[in-house]
This record gives sequence, C-alpha cells and structure tokens, in this order.
Amino acid sequence: MRNDGRLLRPGAPQVPVSRTCPGGDSVGQTRGRIFFFLPALILLATFVVYPVINTVWLSFQTPEGEFAFFKNYVRILSEPEIVDLRGFKRGFPYGALIHNIIWIVIHLPLTVMLGLILAVILRDVKGGAVIKSIIFLGMVTPMVVGGIILRFLFDGSVGILPSFLSLFGVAKRTLTAHPDTALFALILGSLWLWTPFSMVLYSAGLETIPDYVYEAAVIDGASPLRIFFMITVPLLKPVTGVVVTMTFLWVLKIFDIVYVATMGGPGGSSNVLALQMYMYAFREFNANAAAVVATFLMLIALVVSIPTFRALRGDES
Amino acid sequence: MLHLVAWLIALIWLIPFLGVFMASIRPLSEISRGWWRFDSFTPTLKNYVGAWNHPAAPISRGMINSLRVAVPATILPVLAASVAAYGFARFSFRGRDFLFMLIVALMTLPQQMIAVPLFRIMNKLGAVDSYTGLMVVHSAWGIPWILYFMRNYFSTLPIEIEEAAKVDGASDWRIFLQIVMPMALPAVASSSVLQFMWVWSDFFLALILIYSPTKLLATQRVPLLRGVYHVDWGVLAAGSIIVMTVPIIVFALMQRYYIRGMVGWVSK
Repeated sequence: MRNDGRLLRPGAPQVPVSRTCPGGDSVGQTRGRIFFFLPALILLATFVVYPVINTVWLSFQTPEGEFAFFKNYVRILSEPEIVDLRGFKRGFPYGALIHNIIWIVIHLPLTVMLGLILAVILRDVKGGAVIKSIIFLGMVTPMVVGGIILRFLFDGSVGILPSFLSLFGVAKRTLTAHPDTALFALILGSLWLWTPFSMVLYSAGLETIPDYVYEAAVIDGASPLRIFFMITVPLLKPVTGVVVTMTFLWVLKIFDIVYVATMGGPGGSSNVLALQMYMYAFREFNANAAAVVATFLMLIALVVSIPTFRALRGDES
Repeated sequence: MLHLVAWLIALIWLIPFLGVFMASIRPLSEISRGWWRFDSFTPTLKNYVGAWNHPAAPISRGMINSLRVAVPATILPVLAASVAAYGFARFSFRGRDFLFMLIVALMTLPQQMIAVPLFRIMNKLGAVDSYTGLMVVHSAWGIPWILYFMRNYFSTLPIEIEEAAKVDGASDWRIFLQIVMPMALPAVASSSVLQFMWVWSDFFLALILIYSPTKLLATQRVPLLRGVYHVDWGVLAAGSIIVMTVPIIVFALMQRYYIRGMVGWVSK
C-alpha cells in the first residue's frame, strides 16, 4: 500500500505445489528456456540485488572509504536522531527508532482488532458492502494525498478534529505542529488509512469459514460473543498472522505521510527511521549513515517476515 | 443497533475525505470558517482550475508525467515477471526453489535499501531525472511480487493441455503465448492493476530520481500546491482529489481483480 508501504506486498494465492513438465526435452529446447528468466533476472540483479549489496557494503565503511565494520552501527544507532534517551525525562522527541516502536505498539493491535470487528459487523449489516467500499477508499489513496488530508484534518484553524475537541474544552491547535501530539496524530491517521487492509483480509477469511460451523454452534446454544471468541478468532488465526506481518512492515517503512504532514517535526518529534534515512542520504549527503539505517530496517523486516515465509514454504512441501 | 454503529463508523471514516472534498469546491473564506458550516455555501470549480494550471506546479503536467511512467512501468514488469514465473512453475532445474525463495524474500526490502546506490547507478548511466530511469527501477521493484503472484497462478492451471501441446511438437514459447497466457488473463489483470496503483502512488523513488520542476510527477506536485504565505487549502485539496481520481477510477473499474490480488494471501 504502496503504497510506500508496498514492500512485502499483499497478494498472491498460497503456494500450491508446482508441477513440472515431464522429461523428454531436447537439449536445444532446454537451453532456450534461459530466455524465460533473463529479462526478470537482469532487472532484479541490476536495480535491486546490486544496490542492496552495495548498501550493506556502504554501511560498513567510513565516508573516507575505510572499512569500519560495526563502528558505524554503534555510532549512528546511538545518535539522538535515532534514539534520544533524554526524551524519557523531557518528552518528545525520543528519536526515530523509539517513534517507530511507539507507532507499532499502538497501531498494530488496533489495526488487528478494528479490522476484525469491522469485518464481522459488516458481514451481517445491510449495506455492508457500501460501507466497506467507503472504508476501502483509504487503501487506494496515494500516501502523499493521505498526508495532506491528515494535515488538513488536524489543522488548528480549518481542521475538524481540533474544532470538535474544542467542544470538550481542549484548546484549538494544530495537532501535527506540537511535539506532544504530532506523532500520535500521525498514528491515528495511519490507522485510518491502513485499517481497510486488515478489514479486507479478515472479510475474505470469514468467507472461508463454512456456515455449518456456525449453525452447529447456534444449535448448541452458544452466545454470539462465545461464537466470536471460540470459533471466529481461532479459525482466522492464519489471517491474523498475515495481517500482523504486513502491518508491521508497513509501519516500519512508513515515509510518505510523515514527509508530507510533518517532515518529521516539530523538532524531530515525529521523525521515523525511513525518513531519517532519507535525511542522511539526500539532505546531509552522508551515504554511510544512511546505509546503516537502511540495513537496520532491512534486518528488522527480514526477521519479522520469517514466520510468514516459513508458512509459505510449508505449503510447498 | 448494529446498523447504527456500522453507519456511524462509515461516517467517521468518510469525514476526512468529505472535508477535503468540501475544501476543494469552496472558496478559501468559507473553508477558514470551517468546511462543516453551511450558512453560506458557494460551490466553485476555481480551486480545480487553480490546481490544474498552478503557476509553480501545474497538476495537469504532473498527471501526464505520472502516466508516462506508470503505464510502461506496469507493462514491462508484468511481461518480464510472467515469463519468468512460468519458468519457475513448469521448468525444473537445479537451485530453482532456492532462487525462487530468494526472489520472494526481495519483497520485504525497504526502498531505502536501494536508494543511494540506485542514485549513483542512474547518475553514471545519465538516467537521473529521466522517466526511463524511474520506469526501469519501478519495473525491477515490482517484479518479485508479480513473479510470485503469477507463478502461483500458473501452478493452479491444469498441466494436461500443455503436455498435449508438447506432444504435438509445440515449443515452450508457443505453449506459453498461445495456451497459458490466455488462461492467465485474470491474474495478469490483477497484477497489472496493483502494479499500476503502486507506481502511480509512489513518492519515494520519484523523490530521489526526478527533480526538474517540469518533470515532477503528480504525487510530487501535490505538496508544492500549498502556497507561499498562507496555506491555500482549496487548491491543495483540489490537487489532492485530482491525483486521487486515477486510482479511484482504476479501482472502480477493476475492483474484482484488485481485491483478488489483495486477499490472495489468505484465500485460494
């Protein structure tokens, strides 16, 4: 959802066992088969694999080109832009890494719960399909536009949310422009943009649960709540796995809405790792610091997605 | 009761969009008093004209530029990845499954991981600030997912027809182009729709590779509409909506394929 968040992309059916045409191919024919792979492999090698290796290499080097091994990591990852321990005494900013963690801790459980509840409610409600389409708008919104909408929504003079809060005596102010609220405003906004993803996946998951399971539970006299917790939630566990992984990756790589709505500000109080990497690379021209942050992001992403890949591989064998 | 809750949720979800839409069709004087007030309501298209012909960052130009990138950056990777995906589904060779898993693992990469070397490569090739450069990068970036999606689709197709054609002496390419691809059109549609949407909505890659004011893509232009001395919410909102219309139209026309690509992870 791309937007930026397009990395571990949603999609693709679960892997069935692949089958191969049985033998009897002539050597000439087999040799011609390499041309099936060449265009894709050349593109991947040149514009994805080589840059990745190069970035890892850069992350171990000083700007002067000397091999520094892990020194860069120790130095960069303890910079105040990344982790700012003073934040725990005085408040925001806490540094990009801590902001990413706060973001995930708040966003992840809420996305899972909201998506599941919406999917269950909207299945039974008349006009549920229409409501789903409305909610789904967030999914097709380019994240840049999402950022603008959030900036407008939270604006002190023209935004509806501060005006609404002022009814309850909260002073009107631009929520994205104050250190103590900027990050939380963005998290709330990201929830609005991303929950449709989890809702759609859960909706599809619900359709795979056969009706007789519910009918049997109703005959046994189970209450709707009991059915929800004892049947729906356990049966949707695989979907939850996918939703958790995808959401984690999306939040980890979040960039566009922060860039557009706050530029990480004020004073770095809504900064995130992906944005900090961009700042290092293209504002401060420190390719090595940028490479450290990027490699660090990649490692977290890989670790988080291992269970999903295990599941994919499990399907194959 | 449940209905009420459901529609209330829908309303809450809609409010931010509604606000931007209202801001886009009303003069700034009305927006600054709150778009939700209707004591005076003078709908106007002035903001749309302003965004379309904006002096610094005309959205009209951005739309054309974005299309010039997004269309080829959809066709190229779908072709390249489909061909390779067929190979992964049907040909056996040593290291096939390892290579496939390696490509699948590329899906988890953050774009930040390729940014700096990419800029340097493009600089050497003289392809910085060129659509060809950006298009090729988007194509490469889209391949792992499309390849994964298409391979799984090919694996579900019945192999018997292909075997029969092979017995009749048809070559691999002939079988692929004349028998397999026609059967795989729904999957081609799904991956094309998703790839197009991603490229259209992309901001990061455009940000690092395209910088001439005349060449900026639509997503890059939207933030530039904000105005110098005060934020011109009307024009900003209108520009946002113009840029959003393309994905919304694609979604409306191709909803089935879009959702199918999206939920592929959880259902067969």
